[in-house]
Amino acid sequence: MARIGVFICHCGENISATVDCKKVADEILKIPGVVLSTDYKYMCSDPGQTLIKEAVKNNKLTGVVVSACSPRMHEPTFRKAVAEAGLNPFLCEMVNLREHCSWVHEKNDMTTQKAIDLVKTIVEKVKHNEALQSIKVPVTRKALVIGGGVAGIQCALDIANAGHKVILIEREPSIGGHMSQLSETFPTLDCSQCILTPRMVEIAQHSNITLYTYSELEKLEGFIGNFNATIRKRSRSLDEKICTGCGLCTTKCPNNKIPNEFEQGLGNRTAIYVPFPQAVPNKPVIDKNNCTYYKKGKCKICEKLCPAKAIRFDQPDEMLEIEVGAVVLATGFNILKTSFFPEYGYGQYKDVIDGLQFERLASASGPTGGVIKRPSDGQIPQTIVFVACAGSRDAAKGIPYCSKICCMYTAKHAMLYKHKVHEGKAFVFYMDIRAAGKNYDEFTRRAIEEDGANYIRGRVSRIYERNGKLIVIGADTLLNGQQVEIEADMVVLASASIANPGSEELAQKLHVSYNQYKFFEEAHPKLKPVETNTAGIMLAGACQSPKDIPESVAAASGAASKVIGLFSNSELTRDPLIAHVNKTAPPLFSTCVGCFLCESVCPYKAIEHEEIKNRNGEVIRTIASINPGLCQGCGTCVALCRTKSIDIRGYSNTQVFTEVVALLNEI
Amino acid sequence: MKIGFYPGCSLSGTAREYNESVKAVAKAFQIELVEIKDWNCCGASAAHNIDHVLALSLPARILALAEEQGLNEILVPCAACYNRLSSTQHRLLEDEQLKKKIVDTIEMKYNGNVRILNIIQFLEKYISNEIDQNITRKFSKKVACYYGCLLVRPNKVLDFDREEDPVSMDKIMKQLGANPLQWAFKTECCGAGLSVSKTSTVARLSGKILEDAVLRGAEAIIVACPMCHANLDMRRPEINNYLKKKTNIPVMYITQAIGIAIGLSEKELGLHRHFVPVNMDFDYL
Amino acid sequence: MEHAISDKTLKNKIYESTGISAARCYQCGKCSAGCPMGSEMDLPPNVLLRRLQLDSATEDDLVLGSESIWYCLNCETCISRCPQEVDLPVIMDFLRTISLKENKANPKAKKIIAFHRSFLKSIKLTGKLHEITLVADYKLNSMELMQDVKNVPAMLKKGKLHIIPETVKNLKSVKKIFSKTTGQKENKK
Repeated sequence: MARIGVFICHCGENISATVDCKKVADEILKIPGVVLSTDYKYMCSDPGQTLIKEAVKNNKLTGVVVSACSPRMHEPTFRKAVAEAGLNPFLCEMVNLREHCSWVHEKNDMTTQKAIDLVKTIVEKVKHNEALQSIKVPVTRKALVIGGGVAGIQCALDIANAGHKVILIEREPSIGGHMSQLSETFPTLDCSQCILTPRMVEIAQHSNITLYTYSELEKLEGFIGNFNATIRKRSRSLDEKICTGCGLCTTKCPNNKIPNEFEQGLGNRTAIYVPFPQAVPNKPVIDKNNCTYYKKGKCKICEKLCPAKAIRFDQPDEMLEIEVGAVVLATGFNILKTSFFPEYGYGQYKDVIDGLQFERLASASGPTGGVIKRPSDGQIPQTIVFVACAGSRDAAKGIPYCSKICCMYTAKHAMLYKHKVHEGKAFVFYMDIRAAGKNYDEFTRRAIEEDGANYIRGRVSRIYERNGKLIVIGADTLLNGQQVEIEADMVVLASASIANPGSEELAQKLHVSYNQYKFFEEAHPKLKPVETNTAGIMLAGACQSPKDIPESVAAASGAASKVIGLFSNSELTRDPLIAHVNKTAPPLFSTCVGCFLCESVCPYKAIEHEEIKNRNGEVIRTIASINPGLCQGCGTCVALCRTKSIDIRGYSNTQVFTEVVALLNEI
Repeated sequence: MKIGFYPGCSLSGTAREYNESVKAVAKAFQIELVEIKDWNCCGASAAHNIDHVLALSLPARILALAEEQGLNEILVPCAACYNRLSSTQHRLLEDEQLKKKIVDTIEMKYNGNVRILNIIQFLEKYISNEIDQNITRKFSKKVACYYGCLLVRPNKVLDFDREEDPVSMDKIMKQLGANPLQWAFKTECCGAGLSVSKTSTVARLSGKILEDAVLRGAEAIIVACPMCHANLDMRRPEINNYLKKKTNIPVMYITQAIGIAIGLSEKELGLHRHFVPVNMDFDYL
Repeated sequence: MEHAISDKTLKNKIYESTGISAARCYQCGKCSAGCPMGSEMDLPPNVLLRRLQLDSATEDDLVLGSESIWYCLNCETCISRCPQEVDLPVIMDFLRTISLKENKANPKAKKIIAFHRSFLKSIKLTGKLHEITLVADYKLNSMELMQDVKNVPAMLKKGKLHIIPETVKNLKSVKKIFSKTTGQKENKK
């Protein structure tokens, strides 16, 4: 016999302002099976919860209905209270009288009647609720971090320092990412590599971290706590165990005019190369696309000269299968190249460069040894124009968003230039100065007030070349739109931050959402910035949205904390509101006929094949079975199943039909 | 082969040499230009400056005539006419209600599917493949190809070449043996319709264009628009005044350049009608 | 088709008539920077748009009475580079129409407007442009009697001027177009 207890919450005035809560409680009491029906001002409060617990114990309730706000707010609260009173938590349901009723209607009789109808519906449903047990899923306490920039590095270190094993994979031959390319960082003007390289070395030496560079994720299968990752360790064409990192090969390679990616094309490298001197690991890689041996079958000088005999031209890619419990995406970002801009020359002017290229020029370890030189003729520029918002905040170019970091790094660039070329003139064309971080605004003021950067508010319409100089056509909107023409020696475009190439493919491999700009999507824009909608996969850094270094590091630590939290138990608890295939007595075993239509539509790949065997071990039937770790309870299979063999616990066909019938007042 | 032809008012008058050179080149490549019967003025910039509906109706009438006469593709050598006709076609395609209104105004049937080609598109489609084997003189000069504003903008409507630093005319000139220079004023406006009512502006804008071409070492400026030609050629005294120096660089239509390369006479191409004389020797092959 | 002149501001009228929202402009100044006439205009393009954004009758009058709208060449450079895709050439065409209708055109633009009107008069007469008619009418209206006088002999010698105008045979159809459009406005004056 059902003994349901119903609690109508006033939610302060949120519900009681338009719904007559006392009346609802009185009407519900009339329903057979309801032994208690009362109203109270704040059900979620301490006394409110106590009210429920006392009621459960004193009235020997078999079910509880709390009519209040959205279950997304307090379902866990009330289920916990009910469990503490000794009743199975899944015998407690909520009715949303706030978002679904009181907040969207005026105060009148119809509103109260609607509230009564809603509560009645759930009361009838709860009569059919079953006691359910949470599902426990084992957790592999090993993490996979994809991306070895500052975010990936921070995240890997945090997880490793918490005592868990981490696999860090990085696409480039070395970790470090864009931060290793920077000269100095705002707002302190710390030398970027000086603060990063100790972390990079820590990664290499940490006993809990396994580092695979020049590697990419090939495949990811499984579910939270139980992922199977396949990693492609691309062939470096050398035996890393023997290579001593002496670097002799890189000095002798005759193929040395390949544009250097690390120098953003401003310098050249050899076919066998180490990306930069502080690379971790400091072992070279042979660029198969450009190496003379791989292209034409000749040369092999490196092999001949290597003192350790470590070169292996026929080394294949290696595929590694690893089991991990959580994955962190920290794949970073990229910036637009100057060729993107038609009005700035389609990239044909050598002295129009982008922000990262300027970083390389300003870097002491860069292609010009830290001297700002024009790429065209090596002269030191006496006038530089910095163009902020190049491509960003530009709906016409398909990039309506703000790239966040450019205002700060443009101010920094102007300052660095002035520090190196005292008599030089720095002009910055800007729209706004976005300097919201700690000490950021003071930093930009320093560029203007102390270092003499000339800030002009207006966007640049066109840049062209004349007599070896760059003519920049802009406007001063603070001076009535007056046209400004500057003859510059160099132009630096603070070009927009964009997603890294390959982001879309990676997101699809991991079943992670991404937006129209191919940045990965967080689970909730306000409250879950470092998780994705895919359980067990976290986000860190600029791959989610443009960020500076402190924000990337903070996000990385945040993602790490989610992973560490996940690993804090050897088992994961999941809500049992998932699908299940019915089982009956032999010889039928199940009404499931094994058509597996459900498998073809399951978005979570949660349908498995279960073999029914006879006593001799022979397989008599194969039916569908649900993987309790993967199933999200979406119900697609239930709707599709032709024999009605699948049902959802907590939302069974019976329960749902009962709700409908109750709502139609047929009960 | 045949193609519809809309000369427009300037080709019949002040840009007579453009008309002559287009016809001469077409004839040389055996293309018959079928002029739209009873065509009217497209309204140029005057119409859209004064009345929006008039500005759409005049070009619509021309397109309706072409449809009526079975001309499904037309060559429009004047860049302004090309721009007006294409813009009208585009607007009426976008806006059904507007189309109804304009059809009401012109009282003619209008389907909006005539293909409108500017001179360069026409050359690319029908002549550029044949040029190489017909060259008798190389146009071996450094040239600045000047596109003006109406050939390439707005790109969303015209969908021709690229808005900044276009290259289609340069390609053709290269075929003729010329050295098309990289210069900065390919699409800067020459002053357009203010030629008569505000000549000082034309002197300034066309002056800047000419100055850049001369600075880069151009020996000739090649154009594809009668308005641009007039501003750079007929207005040369005003330009020289503005630049405070005398310039001799000739301005030629792309069709005249082609005509020279394939051996047509200066008279046929109307070169004698220019204000700035075209005194250049070309190497015979 | 014609709305009565309401007390709606230009910003609203522009939106209703063309669908362009002046609010999209965030005053970056790229239009003014690249405008060939920017240095000659009293209201460079971004300033003109700003004044429209102010949603005020006095500002609207300033705009309608500006040199800018008549100096604008419709070269389409602004819209080709505007990050917010604000179609300024369409706005300019609209403002010109209103400026004439409300008789607010800047006196400095008298010659420019006269030229456009003379051009249209010539077309209305014969269906095609007749340069001599155009220039004659223009000179009468602008009093620029010496305009291009020295070019006439050369033009004639080079065969670039028609003495006798070419006429469209179905002139009636062209005249009808005029009467249905500008014809109506001219009657009102």
